[in-house]
Amino acid sequence: MDAILGGRVVIVGAGHAAGQCAALLRQYGWTGPITLLGDEPHLPYQRPPLSKAWLKGEADAESLLFRPAEFYAENDIAVRTGVHVEAIDREAWTVTLRGGEALPWDRLILATGARARALPIPGAGLNNVLALRNAQDAERLKALLQPGKRVVVIGGGYVGLEAAASARALGCHAVVVEREPRLLARVACETLSDFFQNYHEAQGVEFVLGASARELRGQGAVHGVLLDDGTEIACDAVLVGVGAVPNAELAAACGLDCEDGVVVDLAGRTSDPSISAIGDCTRRPLPLYNRMARLESVPSALEQARQVACDLTGKPPPPPEVPWFWSDQYDLKLQIAGLPLDAPLRLVRGDVGKANFAVFHLTDENVVQAVEAVNMPDAFMGGRMLIASRKPVAPARLGDMSVSMKAVLA
Amino acid sequence: MAKITYIEHDGTEHTVEVKTGLSVMEGAVKNRVPGIDADCGGACACATCHVYVDEAWREKTGSPSAMEESMLDFADNVEPNSRLSCQIKVTDALDGLIVRTPQSQH
Ligand SMILES: Cc1cc2nc3c(=O)[nH]c(=O)nc-3n(C[C@H](O)[C@H](O)[C@H](O)COP(=O)(O)OP(=O)(O)OC[C@H]3O[C@@H](n4cnc5c(N)ncnc54)[C@H](O)[C@@H]3O)c2cc1C
Ligand code: FES
Repeated sequence: MDAILGGRVVIVGAGHAAGQCAALLRQYGWTGPITLLGDEPHLPYQRPPLSKAWLKGEADAESLLFRPAEFYAENDIAVRTGVHVEAIDREAWTVTLRGGEALPWDRLILATGARARALPIPGAGLNNVLALRNAQDAERLKALLQPGKRVVVIGGGYVGLEAAASARALGCHAVVVEREPRLLARVACETLSDFFQNYHEAQGVEFVLGASARELRGQGAVHGVLLDDGTEIACDAVLVGVGAVPNAELAAACGLDCEDGVVVDLAGRTSDPSISAIGDCTRRPLPLYNRMARLESVPSALEQARQVACDLTGKPPPPPEVPWFWSDQYDLKLQIAGLPLDAPLRLVRGDVGKANFAVFHLTDENVVQAVEAVNMPDAFMGGRMLIASRKPVAPARLGDMSVSMKAVLA
Repeated sequence: MAKITYIEHDGTEHTVEVKTGLSVMEGAVKNRVPGIDADCGGACACATCHVYVDEAWREKTGSPSAMEESMLDFADNVEPNSRLSCQIKVTDALDGLIVRTPQSQH
């Protein structure tokens, strides 16, 4: 075992998953060299604030860093920033950087994340058309969000809605264009979609639902978004938030199993057991739901980082976690646990009108599958435990605010 | 600046200077104090930044918001002096603060 613990670990990508995995490997006793290869100019940092506190100017660049520079030095973790990995050679056990340098590894970890999906329409290359995936995007967006400016957000997902909320806070006009007839269509239930739409409208955000952008117009810089019905929305900037694509090309090119993401098992191993993958670039098993999924969330990245650190250091695998996610918009705290996909029963606890409620998704046997909680952390925390325990609940009690969540769980 | 002492569950003490305006959680992370995971980065969404505030400091650190309180309700090993450290802002008045970290975050 010791010989293995002394092997060379190379991690491709230096984001959230990579930073956490390197730290855990050291904590669990890995003694060999650990090298992170990241193409951004930064040490691992947190992306969630880029559309929230940071965008609104409530957090500085330093506070984004996941851990300070001294941490990596003290733990003998080499972080090479600004380097792009171009190829993996599974026969030679090396990765090749742009420029030709080859680096050997004994265990390779892919943590390449995802990138913003491009909008394949004319004008997408105009100035002031941006996505929001990294610190550089966020800097550019922030510079454009001057009071009085008009921004069109294409895509009504979490990142788009958070950015719209931040834009309003900064005194900009915000219009959200969404192809589906409702917001958050892929990721939340109708109750939430309607609630968020109403809340944003009350804050002055405009919505155009069931509409697609056909063309971005402008000369040099964008000045309008042409919709498929012929209407044009005037604007000074466009934020494209139409989802993310996993950075799985490196893995696919060296023959690893990929399927909209690098396919991994519960130990984070790819189809080549000496190569692991973690975070947004993976398609991973969700044992609680008996399915594979690609999750784009910090908790999933952290969980997979732990799975791989355990696997490499010979520790028992960590118990599977309930997937979860959060989003902050205005004074709303949304917390979701589980996958609100296809459970047959739905139950609301609390008061939607008062922005203090949770939607529980239950099976026919009254087992909680998922919970979507707005400003109701106890429903989220309790719901997460119920999902994990698979213990049936009494729906009448769950829906009754006079029965505490603690009592529901008891 | 405020001096904050973080005591791990095994008794190891870390005394560090933390800039005012940061949270007690950020003070730990920036100074590489173990025992505060802070999975959500301070969004009051994860409860992995749980600390016990020393009795002498409970009043000065104030009381948790309703949101924080209901997160804490479901954290492991909650005590009356439990707080989420990402929700305690460091001020000059907290110079000398002592907090302990729970075993579950190690
Ligand atoms: C604006 C925004 C808001 C978000 N809000 C939330 C939230 O509220 N809650 C939540 O749970 N999640 C949120 N997320 C998602 C969360 O940030 C991601 O799930 C998380 O960052 C995934 O970590 P990762 O390490 O897999 O990928 P990343 O953090 O994206 O890191 C991957 C890194 O690898 C680099 N890379 C890729 N290919 C190469 C290569 N070939 N060579 C070198 N380097 C390479 C990339 O440039 C990047 O730096 C948000 C994301 C964004 C963009
Ligand atoms: S860091 Fe997540 S609740 Fe404090």
